[in-house]
Amino acid sequence: MSLAAHAPAQPSDPTGMADPTGVADPTGVADPTSRADRDLRQREVVEALATVLPRAAILSRHEDTVAYECDGLTAYRAAPLVVVIPETEAQVAAVLAVCHRLAVPVVARGAGTGLSGGALPHRWGVSLSLAKFNRILNIDASSCTAVVQSGVRNLAISEAAAPMGLYYAPDPSSQIACTIGGNVAENSGGVHCLKYGLTLHNVLRVRGFLADGEAVEFGSEALDAPGLDLLPLIVGSEGMLAVIIEVTVRLTPKPQLARCIMASFDDVESAGAAVANVIARGIIPAGLELMDQPMTAVAEAFVHAGYDLAAAAILLCESDGTAAEVAEEIERMTAVLTASGASRIEVSHDEAQRIRFWSGRKNAFPASGGISPDYMCMDSTIPRKRLAEMLRAIGTMAEKYGLRCVNVFHAGDGNLHPLILFDANDAEQLHRCELFGAEILEASVRLGGTVTGEHGVGVEKLNSMCVQFSPAERDHFFAIKRAFDPFGLLNPGKVIPTLQRCAEYGKMHVHRGMLPFADLPRF
Amino acid sequence: MAQGEAALRRLTERVRAAAAGGEQLDIRGGGTKAFYAEVPHGEPLPLAELRGVSNYEPSELVVTVRAGTPLAELEALLADAGQCLPFEPPRFAPGGTVGGMVAAGLTGPTRAYVGSLRDFLLGATVIDGRGEMLHFGGEVMKNVAGYDVSRVLAGSWGILGVICEVSLKVLPRAVATTTIVFDCNEAQALAQLLAWNSQALPLRASSWHEDRLALRLAGAESAVREALVRLGGSRLEPEAATRWWQSLRDQQHDFFQPTAAELTAGDNLWRLSVPARTAPLALPGRQWIEWGGAQRWWRSTAPAAQLREAAARAGGHATLVRAADKAAGAFASPSAAILALNRRLKLAFDPARVFNRGRLYPDV
Repeated sequence: MSLAAHAPAQPSDPTGMADPTGVADPTGVADPTSRADRDLRQREVVEALATVLPRAAILSRHEDTVAYECDGLTAYRAAPLVVVIPETEAQVAAVLAVCHRLAVPVVARGAGTGLSGGALPHRWGVSLSLAKFNRILNIDASSCTAVVQSGVRNLAISEAAAPMGLYYAPDPSSQIACTIGGNVAENSGGVHCLKYGLTLHNVLRVRGFLADGEAVEFGSEALDAPGLDLLPLIVGSEGMLAVIIEVTVRLTPKPQLARCIMASFDDVESAGAAVANVIARGIIPAGLELMDQPMTAVAEAFVHAGYDLAAAAILLCESDGTAAEVAEEIERMTAVLTASGASRIEVSHDEAQRIRFWSGRKNAFPASGGISPDYMCMDSTIPRKRLAEMLRAIGTMAEKYGLRCVNVFHAGDGNLHPLILFDANDAEQLHRCELFGAEILEASVRLGGTVTGEHGVGVEKLNSMCVQFSPAERDHFFAIKRAFDPFGLLNPGKVIPTLQRCAEYGKMHVHRGMLPFADLPRF
Repeated sequence: MAQGEAALRRLTERVRAAAAGGEQLDIRGGGTKAFYAEVPHGEPLPLAELRGVSNYEPSELVVTVRAGTPLAELEALLADAGQCLPFEPPRFAPGGTVGGMVAAGLTGPTRAYVGSLRDFLLGATVIDGRGEMLHFGGEVMKNVAGYDVSRVLAGSWGILGVICEVSLKVLPRAVATTTIVFDCNEAQALAQLLAWNSQALPLRASSWHEDRLALRLAGAESAVREALVRLGGSRLEPEAATRWWQSLRDQQHDFFQPTAAELTAGDNLWRLSVPARTAPLALPGRQWIEWGGAQRWWRSTAPAAQLREAAARAGGHATLVRAADKAAGAFASPSAAILALNRRLKLAFDPARVFNRGRLYPDV
């Protein structure tokens, strides 16, 4: 593609987007332009959009757009210039073409349940709601696939496939509300992805539009497509490479039966070791979750799941399959957990009890909301064998920052969700919470892990990306972004930190968590 | 370790020199897949020095291994710990390397049931066309920090950079494995495979050829036992079954290896990747079906356009795998939008087009 031929008008650049990488200040806090400039730009953009959309699909008054100011990461807010709610694919393509011509940033948005600010609006941009793309287009039971529009809720797919004995396996805790388009953007996981994979492993094909409105299709209903495999770039791209309109997902036959073990441990070390032991014995549980005692107490008070409140940590270990298969696996799991020092083992005796075991885990976040004005949910991954070490380190950090922290882990895949409890009305507490969170992420990188396992980088973890990736690696991320979106219009400012930002953050941080004076005790 | 680092330094220097001098490099592993894809151009860049396993802890289900390590060495190490590469990459001949396996991105008979090589790739170290050493992904199962670059390397045929080291997810070997066979024609086999596909069965691989459908079941003892009762069929003797699946995986059967005379006569080997539900394809030649109907190998003298059109009509694509003349292109062309993205990504990683020029598409 010739850049010159497609170059959108670059006016006096009121968007502050002269940087082709598009990393402007997304919240617009530091933006020096006046209110009048913004009103002028807003009128221009609304007029242009009105040529391709009905007026009712364009929101620009503050009272109409305020609901779009944040996603699930409510600590960050920004008012979008305009919100559009198109209904047809042709309208989406036209909106993108208009925005491309006027150099307006576009932030695609599903249900807004993301936890890292990926759908945080751009002050000079259009928030593109895909809420009306909520139809399940086809379910093919024989080939175990469903074709759905991107605004379809995760759980709605499984509900529609249930009569055929099928379901969509990835089950993020927000599955009742979050959309498949958002799941693709974030490569969402869930409690069952150890055995059934992430979104990437359950998506065959994604259809959508590039930044300039060109239609594009990644993957195929065949098991591969010609050329470079671009599907893994799109899955997890956080709305930076394309706008997703339609997804073909793989459905999984529902297992006949599932049973869950609740195993209690007197110390977190034994619980962490038990996780490694289960897997070392060649068992891949359908789910393997760890909760520490403070988390168990909070969840138990919220849903009365029947958790062992005396245990320092509990493991939930699930088996699914046929009755005989589950019986065989539960027996093997029980033997390993017992040998690993479990002080108490309870196996769900019916479906109601199994669901009760999981209800506490699945409600860990809202339950935490009930005992603290605010909480910040972290999301890093470490090698499984470091779980106990990490829990101890988090305990020490909690003392250092004077904040409580409760822990739920997708232990089977080493994915941590420490919930830091704080009061956002107290700016000083928020600051301590951010430092605490950043220290958890840096410790994760140092232990051989990553700063985000399934929630994405968004705006929340931009600084932590400086720790995990070298300047050359970050340059490649920008180069990939430019290959898809040469003018940096799709969700600018997210995921990849600029060199300048990293330089500011990095005063005492070095690549891959190798701090200067690494042998000084820090926590 | 120090030895590995010295080898890496030599490689980056070699790449920088090539980029500065306008030279082209042909990245070489074991050369076992030289027949696949387009003909490589450039000075050979051997990776034999990058050898060895950097990290393997069976309870983490991850192995990190250097690209020049022989695949056989890696598989033996995993087998000792009761684990395996579940995607069963085809080996074609002895001597293949881990780097070549990833660059080709090929998956064996288990593809439809356990996933592809790409699904098991967790991280990679790669040297780009500027001679920069880059790490993407890592050794953990869940990682969404930045774009998932390492997985794009799977099946990239080396056009983006020199794959130096990869981390792969591994799995325990199944406790029980059994193979059953049925006599049936193509239409019956495809219908049956689709029907089984949507049931919770411990399927691990499938094959249909010359009116014989073979199914491999693998999993817990009880799951395999129950499936045997449900499915019927006749059981193959375990050792013979293992050998047979291996020969299919490595394409040792005559069907997959046309003789020089057959190739000269235009009797080519084609791979058609189509949605599993695709009805029997009316093409001249002989066929071998895998992946529950999603992979259909053809030995055919039909013109390339006929095979490519048949695959495209079904929603798939056709690869010319073995032929005396690949003028029709080894790979089907993707849409214009996707081809443009392929080109731009190539230039983003390798602006001087040093690596494996033309291996995927002539002008990429």
